[in-house]
Amino acid sequence: MKNIYALICGTTFGVGLAVSGMTNPAKVLGFLDVAGHWDATLALVMGSALLVSAVAARFARQRGSTLLGESFALPTRRDLDPQLITGASLFGIGWGLVGLCPGPALAGLVRGNVELLIFVGAMITGVIGYRLAMRILDQGPRDAGGVTGSMAS
Amino acid sequence: METTFTPLLGLTGGALIGLAAGLFLLLNGRVAGISGVLGGSIFSARGDRAWRFTFIAGLPLGAALGTWLTGDALGFAIASNPALLIAGGLLVGVGTQLGSGCTSGHGVCGMARGSRRSIVATVTFMLVAGLTVYIARHLIGGL
Repeated sequence: MKNIYALICGTTFGVGLAVSGMTNPAKVLGFLDVAGHWDATLALVMGSALLVSAVAARFARQRGSTLLGESFALPTRRDLDPQLITGASLFGIGWGLVGLCPGPALAGLVRGNVELLIFVGAMITGVIGYRLAMRILDQGPRDAGGVTGSMAS
Repeated sequence: METTFTPLLGLTGGALIGLAAGLFLLLNGRVAGISGVLGGSIFSARGDRAWRFTFIAGLPLGAALGTWLTGDALGFAIASNPALLIAGGLLVGVGTQLGSGCTSGHGVCGMARGSRRSIVATVTFMLVAGLTVYIARHLIGGL
């Protein structure tokens, strides 16, 4: 059943990305280009997404368990390590170069666009390369660590 | 390609993204962070993979539906330089794994939970992305 829920949530997420125009890299770059012909749409997308999910997060915290009565599996780390800043910066450069982040890139695959396929291929190569490197260095993937059933963050 | 401000579609689409993330938290008890779901789909234990694949499969399905609903009014334009696409993809792939998240995981889910790490990460990638576009478009030009 959880696989079905994931499919429903992924599909709803994809509808939201397309309806908001975030699957168009030019629109994302139009937001990031504050010195050019600025398109403020992304700010509204993020604002309304944040508002709705914050209400859900608040409700989840008050409930203390999922609607199925299970515990949450959420990140609990609070420390600001160099990897967080370096990773976010590298991601920011890539995002600014093309105007695609992981969600819109995967959602956009439905177009069968060759350029987007090249981007997604490189992105998945980056994901695999990083995780393999970390496995060799015996540190493990970072986001898999520190996951417990607590809603504390 | 210059795009125009589309506030109503932006607010509607954003609310759907928030709804998806909120439902996922309440039903599956997890963060709907695409880079984390993607990374885990390749490297997680066998029993922890199926929901990741169905979530990811939903993204293009939903995008097809959303594009059809809006009559593709929002368009699509992407860079054509393969070197740029490869560099961008690699940076997004490595950066999101090293930084434990992307626009959805940190920007929507993490910030909604009030996570300090997510707030710092979101401010960082937003500023760096803006700076990257400024350098690429206004200092170097042509991108």
